[in-house]
Parts: sequence; C-alpha cells; structure tokens
Amino acid sequence: MLAFILRRLAQSIAVLLAVGLVAFTLFHYVGDPINAMVGQDTSMQEREELRQRLGLNDPAPLQFARFVINSVQGKFGLSYRTSEPVGRMILERLPATLELAFCAAVFSLCFGVPMGVWTGLYPKHWTSRFLQAASLIGVSLPTFLIGILLIMVFAVILGVLPSFGRGNSVQIGWWSSGFFTFSGLKALILPSITLGLFQLTLIMRLVRSEMLEVMRTDYIKFARARGLSNRAVNFGHALKNTLVPVITIVGLQLGAIIAFSIVTETVFSWPGMGQLFVQSVQFADIPVMAAYLLLVAFFFVVINLVVDLLYYVVDPRLRSGMTTSAARGH
Amino acid sequence: MAFVDLVRRAADSDIWYSFKSSRIVVVATVVTLLTFAMAFLAPILAPHTPFDPATLNLSDALKPPVLTGEDGSDWTFPLGTDEQGRDVLSSIMYGTRLSLVVGIAATLFSMVLGIALGLVSGYVGGAVDAFIMRLADVQLTFPALLVALLIDGVVRGLISVQRHDEIALYVIIGAIGLSFWVQYARTVRGSVLVEKGKEYVQAARVIGLSPVLIMVRHVLPNVMGPVLVIATINIGLAVLTEATLSFLGVGLPSTQPSLGTLIRLGQEVLLSGTWWIVIFPGVTLAILVVAVNLMGDWLRDALNPKLR
Amino acid sequence: MTTGANAPLLEVRHLRVEFPTRRGTLVAVDDVSFDLAPGEVLGVVGESGAGKSLTGAAIIGLLEPPGRIAAGEIRLEGERIDNLPYEKMRRIRGAKIGAIFQDPLTSLNPLYGIGRQLIETIQTHLPLSASAARARAIELLKEVGIPGAETRIDHYPHQFSGGMRQRVVIALALCANPRLIVADEPTTALDVSIQAQIIALLKKLCREHRTAVMLVTHDMGVIAETADRVAVMYAGRLAEIGPVRDVVKNAAHPYTRGLMGSIPSIGERGHRLTQIEGSMPRLTEIPTGCAFNPRCPDMGERCTRERPELMAARITQAACWQYDAAGVGTKARRETVDA
Repeated sequence: MLAFILRRLAQSIAVLLAVGLVAFTLFHYVGDPINAMVGQDTSMQEREELRQRLGLNDPAPLQFARFVINSVQGKFGLSYRTSEPVGRMILERLPATLELAFCAAVFSLCFGVPMGVWTGLYPKHWTSRFLQAASLIGVSLPTFLIGILLIMVFAVILGVLPSFGRGNSVQIGWWSSGFFTFSGLKALILPSITLGLFQLTLIMRLVRSEMLEVMRTDYIKFARARGLSNRAVNFGHALKNTLVPVITIVGLQLGAIIAFSIVTETVFSWPGMGQLFVQSVQFADIPVMAAYLLLVAFFFVVINLVVDLLYYVVDPRLRSGMTTSAARGH
Repeated sequence: MAFVDLVRRAADSDIWYSFKSSRIVVVATVVTLLTFAMAFLAPILAPHTPFDPATLNLSDALKPPVLTGEDGSDWTFPLGTDEQGRDVLSSIMYGTRLSLVVGIAATLFSMVLGIALGLVSGYVGGAVDAFIMRLADVQLTFPALLVALLIDGVVRGLISVQRHDEIALYVIIGAIGLSFWVQYARTVRGSVLVEKGKEYVQAARVIGLSPVLIMVRHVLPNVMGPVLVIATINIGLAVLTEATLSFLGVGLPSTQPSLGTLIRLGQEVLLSGTWWIVIFPGVTLAILVVAVNLMGDWLRDALNPKLR
Repeated sequence: MTTGANAPLLEVRHLRVEFPTRRGTLVAVDDVSFDLAPGEVLGVVGESGAGKSLTGAAIIGLLEPPGRIAAGEIRLEGERIDNLPYEKMRRIRGAKIGAIFQDPLTSLNPLYGIGRQLIETIQTHLPLSASAARARAIELLKEVGIPGAETRIDHYPHQFSGGMRQRVVIALALCANPRLIVADEPTTALDVSIQAQIIALLKKLCREHRTAVMLVTHDMGVIAETADRVAVMYAGRLAEIGPVRDVVKNAAHPYTRGLMGSIPSIGERGHRLTQIEGSMPRLTEIPTGCAFNPRCPDMGERCTRERPELMAARITQAACWQYDAAGVGTKARRETVDA
C-alpha cells in the first residue's frame, strides 16, 4: 500500500514539474516580460538593469528552479494587464469558482447517477429512451448555449433569477462565500445547472453503459442462476461493479468542471478564475495564464491521486497488488 | 462490373441496413448535408453580404424577424437584423460556413499531425517515443478547450493584435488542431507497435525496404478505420470548440464572425429584449452539432464489433 | 404428467428455441425431447453451435433475448416450468435447479468475498440465520475440498486458483440442495490435470446428494468418464441418445460413429482417426430432410426429403432412416472417405 502511494506521489510531482516547465517556458520566452512591465520611454539601460535585477540573464535551469520555488509559494509575478500580484488576483477569485464547481458537481452526481442506473436497468422503457435522446442533445449543446437559454427563460422572460454576477457574498477569513445570502444562493442556481448539465449527461451515459455491460457478465448470469432476487442482483451485485469504474471518470470530470467554469463564468459574468483566465488570454497576460495553468494542473493531479486511492479502497483485487488494468481483465 | 459489385455489396451490408433502419440517423444525415450545402453555397444563396461594410445601411438596424409580425419587420430581412443593419440570415449562412471550415480543417490538421507523430513514435521507439508519449500524457491532463485557449494566448503574445486579427482563421485552426492530435497518435502508435513485431516487417527490413514505405503501405490502411471514426466524432467537437472560443472572444473576430461570434454579439443585446440575434445562430449551431454527433454516435456503434 | 418413484425428474418435450433476426428466424434447438431420471447424469455432447448450451439455458429459464422458447414443454417433477412467470422461475432456480458455467473466473463477482456470495445464496433459499448460513457455507466449502475453509471463506475470488474457483462455483450451485444441476462446459476452461479432479468431485457430490446432472460439453472423454446416458446433438437436433457405453462402443447414428472414431485412444494403435468431411451447417443453411445428409456416408434419397425422428436403433435411439423399416431409399453413389 505504501509503495503504491509513494509511486503515485512521484508520478504526480513529475507531471506538475512537466507542466511547470511549460508554464516557465511561456513565462520567459513568449514576448518580453520587460517590455510588458515598463513604459515606452524607459531607456535601454534601465531595461538592462531591470533585467539583471529580476535575474532574467541567469542560466535557464537556475531561473526554472527559482520559478518552481516561487510557484510553490504562490508567487507568480505581476500581471501584465493590471500590474497586481498574480497570486493575489487568483486567490481573490478562487472561492467563486470553487463554490460554483462544487454546486455543479453535486448537481450532476445527484441526478446523473440515479438516471444512469435507471436507464441501465430498464433500457427499453420509454423514459429511458427519452432520457437517452435528451442526453445526446445535452452532450452536443455547447455550454454557453445552454447558459444563454436558461438566462432567456429564467431571467429575461420569467425574471425570477439573476442573469449575471454572484449576488452578495459573505467574507469568512480570506474566503468570500455566496452560500450564506439569499441573493448569493439565487445567483448560484443557473450557473450551477449550466456547468453541471454537461457532466450530468456524461455521468448518466457512463453509468448506463457500464450498467449494461455489467448486466451481461457471467457473474450476473450466475447470480440469476442461483435464484437471487432482482434487488440482490441489480443493487447488490450490478451496482457495486458499475460504480467502481465510474469513480475514476467522475473524479476526472470534477477536474474538467473546474476548467470548464471558464465558459460558464463568461456567460454569467461570474467573478471567478475562469473569467480571469479568458481576460488574460485576450490580453496575452502571460503570467496569469501560466499561473492558471499550474493551478489547474495541481487540482487535476490532486483529484487523480484521491481517485486512485479511492479505487484502491473499493477494489479488493488492487489490494493484492494487481495493477488496475490487470484487475479489469486486460 | 467491379463497381456495380461493390455497390451491391454495400447495399446488402450490415452497415447500410442498420443505417436505413434508424430513422433518426437518416434524418440527422440529411440535416447535416443540408447544412453543409447551405454553408458552402452561401455566396450564392445568401440574400445579402453582411460583412461588406459598403452594403450596410444603419436605417435597417434592429429589425425584428418577419414571423413576429412586429413593426419594422421586412421580408428582405426574414430573420431580422442586428444593431448595424446586418442581415441575420445571411450572417448565419456565412457564419456556418466559417464554423464548418474551421471544424473540418482543424480535424484534418489534427488527424495528419496525430498520424505522423503516431507513426514516428511507434516506429522509432526509444527516447523519441517516450518524449512524444509523455507530451501526450501531459496534454491529456487538460481539456482540449484549455489547450486551445493557451495556444491562442501564446500566439497573441507573440504577434501584434492587428496581425492576429488578419490571420485569426489560421490561428484558430492551428490551436484547435493542436489540441486534438493525441487520440490519433495513440491509436496509430498502437497499431504500429503491433505491426512492427510481425514477420513481414522484419523481412522487409532485411531486404532493405524503407521502413517509412512499410509503415505507410501496411499500417496505415489497417488503422484508417478507427482513425476515421475518431475524426467523425471530432468534427463535431472541433466545431463546438471553435464556437466556444469565438464566444469567449478569442476566436474569430466580429469582422469575420462564425456562429460562436454571432452568439456572443447576440448575448450582449439580449437583456434589452433583442432576442433574434442570439437565438437563430444558436439554434443553427445546436442543430448542426446534434446532427453531426448523432451520425458519429451511430457510426461508432455500427463499426464496433462487440455490439454486433 | 407422470409421478411416482420412477418418474423422470426432468421431461423435455419437443423443445424449440428460436432467434428472430432480420435475416429470418433461426431455429437453434429443433424439436428436442428427452428425459432425465433422478440422480442420473446425462451428457449432452456436440460441436460448438449444435444447440446444447441453449437447451441448458432454456431449462434454467435464462435464455437471452431475443432468443425464446417457441414451442415445446419442459417439466420438472411433473410440473411445467417453461411458461412460469419470472418470479416463480426464480424461486426454482438455485433451489431446484442449479447451474454451473464454463469460466470460474468470470462466474464469481470479483468485488465480493466468496463467503458473502455463498451466504447470500443460502439465505435466499433457506430460512437460516446469518451464523447458521455461515456455518453451512463452511461445510459446503469443506465438502468441495477447499482446504482451510474457515479462513478461506473470507477470501476473494482472485485469491483462488482456477480449479479451486470452480469448486467454489460447485459449492454455490449445491447451496440449496437442488435436484438437478445443468453444467455447461464445467471443465473446458481448466487445466487438463484439474479437469479430472473437478469431474470426480462433481460425480461424487451428485451421487451423494442424489442430484441429477445435465452435463453439456464437447469433450467426449468427460462424458465417457461421468455420464450414465449421453445425448448427441447436431445442428440443433438430437441425433442419438442412449446409455453411454453403448453410444461410445456401438454408435448407431453415422454422425456419432464419426465422432467416436475421431477420438484418439491409447489402446488402439496404427488406427487412422476418422474425419467427417465437411462441417456442421450454419443455422441459416440447414439442409432439408436429415441435417446430416450432405456429410453422411450412408445417405439415401429419403434422407434428403424427410427429417428422421428418434427411433429405436439396436440398443440406443437414433434419428436415422437406416433403422426404419422402410430404409433410406436408394443409396446415393458416394465414396466413403477411407481416412
């Protein structure tokens, strides 16, 4: 068990370093940091001094090491656009994105899993066919279109929910939360649904297809041949076997939610990290882009690690030392 | 004779049967073909040229669509106009055209890139292979949208804003193409590894035949099947990604708008009640992507040996 | 309906299993009838695709749709079971009829310990408390020869070897003391050395519990070892049925004769193995008349017109016109392949 954890940790760090390398390359070689930071009439000599002071003439590996150390401490330099510390900008907007992502994830899981189980168990029922068709549309429609549609119906026509912004938020330490005010909660509804809808359809289809595959296995056939009740077969055996591979995908989707918040935040003018990232791309604000990249990579890596550990807990074959792919019969 | 034979075999095949018997897929294919036709024939079919500033007239601005029967609606602008007097219907036609061009070009680009890298990675092996695969792994940790955004941002950082607008089309195609190569590369590499171990490859090497020739002649045909399936599914994704990028404001600019750009411009005026500028392009995009996805879904099921 | 001490346990009459496909309806099991006496071991042998597994599946009531029983009756202890609603059939499964499938690795749920799977099955059919069920599970494991049953009961399927897993599967099938077990290729997935052990175990347990076995396999060696009677299936039909010794030594049906001749035997030396020319027809291309006629060395013109029923042939029963008073008609000029 310990070997497994250590191995995964080492892998995670390797990925982070690789991403860090990309971020570093962006940071230092795309455009000229000095040009972006100083005015037009700064003399060449002053620029040279600045370059020296910032250590931009040092050998690349040294700069990279410095970059890594700084990143770990959350120091990402100054934004090209606003000249504020990038770290602080991101931190300000982090709670908004995380709360939104959390609500979207909860929404997609609470509806996606049961719907998937239902359509997997009773695939020929009319409700299943309807859900299948609806899910295909849900997967195809771009997130921003769904958001706009929801805004049209609930904000413009019905006028019951806000179409932009976060409402009022409450400050707890450095975290600003929208959970504790009525307007904050109202503002969360449409964006959460928008963000979570894609994941919901994905989860539903995944659970369904896993369920269908599990129902065709020999051990289900054998369970039936032993005369076990429908409940025992469907929920005792089939469900558990279905959910095990679903865990991985769901975990990965959580990472995707954080990344896709970009679009939803733009549609609803939600003051989160995603919106910040889009603005940084529009203005070629490299430090912000690099920092966002690293942060997202960090989230993904952490989530992957947690999912792998969960997998370990749930599947007894892994505890005996089989690798994941061997356990799945590959 | 051989051709007639082929057609007869195709008509008798499982795939054609499964195609015919699924009404939805037939409808989806027809819709897709119609949309393609509309898009590519836009210069001929469109009633106006909305992106030629010379033809615009501000007095035509903000006319509502004809079917609402409101004041100001006009059969020359059946779907209404935007705040600069541009005809929505024509904008949609040209916009769809751009969206499709980007989608197809980006898919082709990623396919070629992916196949090439997959072939190299699989055949050469060693450090090159390890490097390419590590790169693939790292890239796969991020959603394609993020990668495309990043690439676009980098390009913006490297060239001036004005030049960027001029070549925006190519930048977008490149960005989207670069974010989707991985799946092709992996599939192709897998096939190459399988073929590499086979005896005829070793025999050919002994004779001195060029390995590239072997790979292209033998591996490629085997692998085109799954590659085409991936490509079909990816076209829908590519179109979606382009629409999203344009919606976010980093895709095609408003001088050369795709459906995504039109939707963005439309949302800005939505709250004042001008709904037609956002809805019609939105509906068009939705129909297009749903139809392409339906086709891709069906194709994937039809070619999947496990489900037969 | 037959009852009484000598009444057959299982009666299958004119069973017909069909698969509607877009190319037409495939008949996978065509008018098959046989009986099974209590405690008897009936081997059902034939090539892949001959319909033996489907016959077994029909009897347990687990035919996969779109396959369905199109005609015929299946009676267990005199009562019809082929037309029961799902819930009623479910109660019979496991309790009266047990099943063993080919691959012990995939037959067991990998995420649950074997103890849990055993106890669950026991408690489904028998009114036992959890501890009583566990005790019984341990007993069963000991009976099938799992060493250290008290500790191994909590192990997972992947912690057992192939042979041990199949023993667990047998234990699961015997949980509720069924009267009949349908065993579909129970040894095919196992190493040859283990096969003999499993067959011996199955034989011993069924004798002790007086459980009848319908042993479906393509391996004649297993049948010769274990079965009391054997039924030979060909293209969904019964070609021959009779006591195992008679079928093996004195096969009446030309197909069976070919089958027996193709099995190598250590005793006979210098004997060329028989090869039956051609192959079993696909279900879509079954010839009219007797299904075997294109490959039969004794084919007559009647064989291409009328389909033979099972009739008395020397000691066994065979579906061949040779044994009918009217004979096969004009013998076709055919070279017997002298392998």
